[in-house]
Amino acid sequence: MIRIERRLEQPRWLTVVVPVVSVAVAFLLATLVLLATHHPPLHTFRRLFDAAFLDNGALTETLVSATPLAFTGLCAAVAFRMNLFNIGGEGQLYAGAITGATIALLLGGAPSAVVIVGMIAAGAAGGAVLAAIPGVLRAFFSTSEIITSLMLNYVVALIIDYLIFGSHSYLRDSSGFEASVFPQGKTLPDEATWPSWAIHGLVIPLGALVAVAVAVVVWFLYKRTRFGFEVSVIGDSARAGRYAGMRTRRKIVAVMCLSGAIAGIGGASQDGDFRHQLDPRGLTQANYGYAGIVVAALARYNPFAVLLVAFLLGGLQNAGYTLQGADFPNGLVGVLQGLLLFCVLGGELFIRYRVRIERRHRTAAETA
Amino acid sequence: MVHQHFRLVEPFSVAENVVLGDHRDVGRTFRLHSRAIERRVGELSQRYGLAVDPRARIWQLSLGEQQRVEILKALYKDARILILDEPTAVLMPQESRALFDTIRAMARDGRTVIFISHKLREVKAVADRVTILRRGRSIATVPAADATPQSLATLMVGREIRPARRDGPREVGEACLELHDVGADGDRGLPAVRDVSLTVRRGEILGIAGVAGNGQRELAETIAGMRPPTGGTVRVTGRKLKAGDARAAIGAGIAYVPEDRLGTGLAPGLSVADNVVLKSYRKPPASRGPLLLVRKIRELAEALMQRYDVRASGPDVPARQLSGGNLQKVVLAREFSGDPVVLVAASPTRGLDVAGIEVVHAYLRDAAERGVGVLLISEDLDEIRTLADRIAVMYEGAIVGERDASTATVEELGLLMAGGE
Repeated sequence: MIRIERRLEQPRWLTVVVPVVSVAVAFLLATLVLLATHHPPLHTFRRLFDAAFLDNGALTETLVSATPLAFTGLCAAVAFRMNLFNIGGEGQLYAGAITGATIALLLGGAPSAVVIVGMIAAGAAGGAVLAAIPGVLRAFFSTSEIITSLMLNYVVALIIDYLIFGSHSYLRDSSGFEASVFPQGKTLPDEATWPSWAIHGLVIPLGALVAVAVAVVVWFLYKRTRFGFEVSVIGDSARAGRYAGMRTRRKIVAVMCLSGAIAGIGGASQDGDFRHQLDPRGLTQANYGYAGIVVAALARYNPFAVLLVAFLLGGLQNAGYTLQGADFPNGLVGVLQGLLLFCVLGGELFIRYRVRIERRHRTAAETA
Repeated sequence: MVHQHFRLVEPFSVAENVVLGDHRDVGRTFRLHSRAIERRVGELSQRYGLAVDPRARIWQLSLGEQQRVEILKALYKDARILILDEPTAVLMPQESRALFDTIRAMARDGRTVIFISHKLREVKAVADRVTILRRGRSIATVPAADATPQSLATLMVGREIRPARRDGPREVGEACLELHDVGADGDRGLPAVRDVSLTVRRGEILGIAGVAGNGQRELAETIAGMRPPTGGTVRVTGRKLKAGDARAAIGAGIAYVPEDRLGTGLAPGLSVADNVVLKSYRKPPASRGPLLLVRKIRELAEALMQRYDVRASGPDVPARQLSGGNLQKVVLAREFSGDPVVLVAASPTRGLDVAGIEVVHAYLRDAAERGVGVLLISEDLDEIRTLADRIAVMYEGAIVGERDASTATVEELGLLMAGGE
């Protein structure tokens, strides 16, 4: 008989040992897959690692993938802290990208600092307004925020498509013949390009620094302020929160807005750091929002751990792009990434539960 | 078994719920013979007077009808013994009468019915024999025909061999908590508190006695602002309290020791230190403006833990790791540190060992001594008789009587608790 029981106490050492063992198991399984598909395992792992962190420019590319993941990861983590499941990071990121790009175009010609601050503010506002919808529904009508925030993702994805492909909106590039055949977003003015800093060939985009700053703010907010205290109490026991006279509903809306705002800044960072236009295809294919949920879960909702996990996961994603080619199918890259995530997330089970294997006591009748 | 809380699948029809878990014939075949099942359910409901449409969905039914479905479920499986756990709790009076007819009909067919209730009149009305349980022990079994509400009540509350050591009379000040016609709904939306009016004065302990589930919890929550009242007013030191607002109640000086320590009174996953400032985190010294002063909070917690002798390895331990007695100490320490005007304590000694009970009682006495008006809600009549100055009895959400603690007899109180006149 195998029984799974909840651990009464979670020993500290387990939280270190389990992830390490999980990664080892993942590599073991990956080795089997690679052997079965006739790829040299060690060489492949080496290439994977090189492409993510060691090659020339690899770290720069990793940061490009990691920056949006850090934003969406923080977005999810902030909400999870209060037991709110904001699955809408995806849509909130789009919303921030839309409002961020709009402000960039409107403010074109103003000093760069003004435009950039405007984009960040607009992105945050866009994400917050979108996230407020499931927040209000949850707070006042007990609607599941999981469903509503998820559904809104599709709504915003359609809006963003409509803005560029389905209409002659302000955001769509309508200059010249090419633009009317291949619709795309208007190129943002130069002032809207976010600065980046190069250190020994490693290019750090402004967005990455903003993400770090947001993580610090979130940490401070949750650990050192009354607001954060209320969030932890309500997250732990909503009844205790009401008992202590906390305004639970307001807090739900506030946390959802904060969560959405962070994803929204991530959207603005997409405009300013990397894409320099409202890019529906690129945004909707990247799935940053959903990956952010995984990031938050792996980081156990700790804002600094989110940064680290986003970086590692960004590396894995980036390595995937580099690895795939004629001799290495795209699907196999997905299998390797999936194995790693599966093992690490699955390993969480062993921290919270323990598996007991009980041998059934044989009765005399059975042995006879 | 007919549970007090129904075990029904809401979106399913009555007939579907009835066959759920029945493995005799439908379980063997893949197909559900809905027609046949519906017909059989219809026959059963006719025969036992359980009027309910077999095709109706559960969520469309009233609570009374849902209960009939539960009984049908048992009858469909041809149960020989039916256990009904407080079946009348959710019923209107006329529905109760119909249920009694059903129970009689089932008994006539040779089925055994075990009817669990704390309402003496019902027991007398429906049962052949009555068994009295007290603190998990079977005390006596008597024929219902011979029993009077008076005799049953005496058996229920028991006669203390050792006369309860009563506290001497306390010096009582002006009124600090006044309830006027307060009403509130329970979690299921049925009225749980009906027109309760009472007054607690400074330095006095008013005991609320009653069998569990007669609206005591809801009353306490209403006073503490956690449950919106459906009517009436609550005044603290003469000033009217904003209804259903826990923060206003805390601000007015109402301390509340809830029945549910871990989960309501304390956040289980948070540290003892955090729980100590659960109500005072909004003002200095726990915080300054929006900032939380983490070090100050730890110091506060350490001081309180020492003063109230809370046994834990430190203020950073999650509350859920503490024992029941220590949890209650944390709650009491916090509630007293807020200098309350009124203390509402709901079953404060439930689940505690003797030493823990002593500690809690000492705190309550101490609070009254210091001029706090204490409202003590307890199912333990001995506890109330020992501590309280006056005793109000709650039955079906209403205060059915109030007695001076020094002259009230156990029989008299027991009869009130059981709904007798």
